[in-house]
Amino acid sequence: MTRDTILEVRNLSTTFARAGRALPAVRDVSFTLGRGEVLGLVGESGSGKSVTLRSILGLSRHYGTVTGEVRWKGRDIASLSERALRSVRGREIAMIFQEPMSSLNPLLTVGMQLTEVLKAHTDLGRSERRRRAIEMLDHVGIPSAAARLDDYPHQFSGGMRQRVMIAIALAARPQLLLADEPTTALDVTIQAQILDLILGLAREYEMGVILVTHDLGVVAQTCDRVAVMYAGRIVEEAPVAPLLSDPRHPYTMGLMRSVPEGVAPRTALYSVPGTPPALDALPQGCAFAPRCPSASAQCTATDPALNRLAPGRSAACHHPVSLAKGDAA
Amino acid sequence: MQSLAYIAKRLLLMVPTFAIVMVIIFLLVRLLPGDPAIAIAGDKASDADLAAIRERLGLTQPLLVQFWLFLTNTLQGDLGRSILMKAPALGVILDRLPTTAFLTLYAVTLSLLIAGPLAFVAALNRGRWPDAAIRAIFQVGLSMPVFYIGLVLLTFLAARARLFPVGGIGHGFLENLHQLFLPAMTIALYTSAIVMRNLRAAIIEVLDAEYVQFARAKGLPSRLILGRHVLRNALISTVTLLGLSIGNLMSGTLVTETVFAVPGVGRLMLEAIFARDYPLIQGLTLTFAVLVSAVFLLTDLVQSWLDPRMRLT
Repeated sequence: MTRDTILEVRNLSTTFARAGRALPAVRDVSFTLGRGEVLGLVGESGSGKSVTLRSILGLSRHYGTVTGEVRWKGRDIASLSERALRSVRGREIAMIFQEPMSSLNPLLTVGMQLTEVLKAHTDLGRSERRRRAIEMLDHVGIPSAAARLDDYPHQFSGGMRQRVMIAIALAARPQLLLADEPTTALDVTIQAQILDLILGLAREYEMGVILVTHDLGVVAQTCDRVAVMYAGRIVEEAPVAPLLSDPRHPYTMGLMRSVPEGVAPRTALYSVPGTPPALDALPQGCAFAPRCPSASAQCTATDPALNRLAPGRSAACHHPVSLAKGDAA
Repeated sequence: MQSLAYIAKRLLLMVPTFAIVMVIIFLLVRLLPGDPAIAIAGDKASDADLAAIRERLGLTQPLLVQFWLFLTNTLQGDLGRSILMKAPALGVILDRLPTTAFLTLYAVTLSLLIAGPLAFVAALNRGRWPDAAIRAIFQVGLSMPVFYIGLVLLTFLAARARLFPVGGIGHGFLENLHQLFLPAMTIALYTSAIVMRNLRAAIIEVLDAEYVQFARAKGLPSRLILGRHVLRNALISTVTLLGLSIGNLMSGTLVTETVFAVPGVGRLMLEAIFARDYPLIQGLTLTFAVLVSAVFLLTDLVQSWLDPRMRLT
């Protein structure tokens, strides 16, 4: 990694309590992000990727217990108070959500929702904020932006709403964008446009991006590096090209095989057998072992640590696979 | 302009409602066994009085003609003469109406002042002791009849502690704030319990909404998040509830005005019923219908002011 590290997440764990039982949604997650880097966080629903993002910004602690460190530019923001976090949220680290429909307040104009960020994070005056808001809407590709400032979210289409959300998130020029499945709720044709927009703005502002997605196609198009999550843990981490060509964790391999590509028509699609474990009933040992084709007695006994296999590559597996070289590390 | 057109449309929609209300009020007297003229004039009326009423209401003519007469009389403000008060019913009602309007508004204001902050405290401490305590206290308020709460307040705060008068009304706004505090509080205890429960649930729901998470992620001050993003959204359902409970509030004034000897239309209605004063009962029924409709219209206007999605309908 030549880029200087801007974010370092260390041993992040988030546990929710439901009906008296502990639900470990994120378990001991560690990773780093360089300036301007795009990291993909991939996994099935419930693998903890969204909660990881929310825990970075301190949004999860209203609902559960968060431990570990989130070192942002050298200081641990996980231990900051709500008040102190305000100067990080929106200003240095911004977040966009999956549902553009429900993530914008239906009762406030988009102009208000945009300018309130500028009011919280800049010294701009009222008319300056308005001018900047129009600029921002224009920049994310909203036609006749000035006229739309006083419109409400329901007067925009889904794709346009997502653009509005991006404009709001980036209004204060953050250095890191946390994007929680930003294209999942959109039409396929719109998805690519929104991804292009996010990546273009990331390059323009030299902004790091953590992109949560369950879509390996999106990852291949957009990310520099990928972390694969399963049952709250990172099970494999690698630069995007080697990960896709040469996955080491059996789960990553299963995920890749479930992307229908070069499959003859009318053949059954592959899916990873079994279902993810319930978080309140995680098996002993490796959480993936019950679904894993190469599970051994060791796997059901001890949970493998995230081991470094090669520079920039690591996997949490007792029996890492290799397609390209055919050898087990 | 748009809102004026909306109000005009809503007023137009009220015409059928009032047509039905008028039919019901009209039939009320005519379906009573015996002579409607005696029902309207009272059984001590002289033959001359009865003849005059028969003439005025056209009781010898077909029902449709009678209805037309009733309708035109009513629209001209002639609701008949109150037997009890020996005066035109409309005048009697208009005399008493401001007191009840004041009492009701006072009660609603008190309800919101009590329920609003407590709902916030309960919602923000969901599942912890302040939430449990607030909900338990309001549960007590909900499970007691209005008149009983009134009597308890009377006994302790008025009769024993002499903090407030036992009954009646005073002169002027400030004096009445003091004078009508107990009756307003009696109604407010019940109403605020309902409002608190509803608002608490609404706030909890809104707090978990994605747009509130987004507002947090934007780094907004929490006071702004609660005031601008949470409260407004949570108020929508509470405004609906308050509007719909206007009927409840009205029947609340019937009991409360009687317990506290407040000369309003609520107590007037009870007196009219006990005295079989049909013209007055008819007039009051119509008055209540007008008030309820007006409150519904007001509720819708507040709704559309709060929620832009409702403005286009």
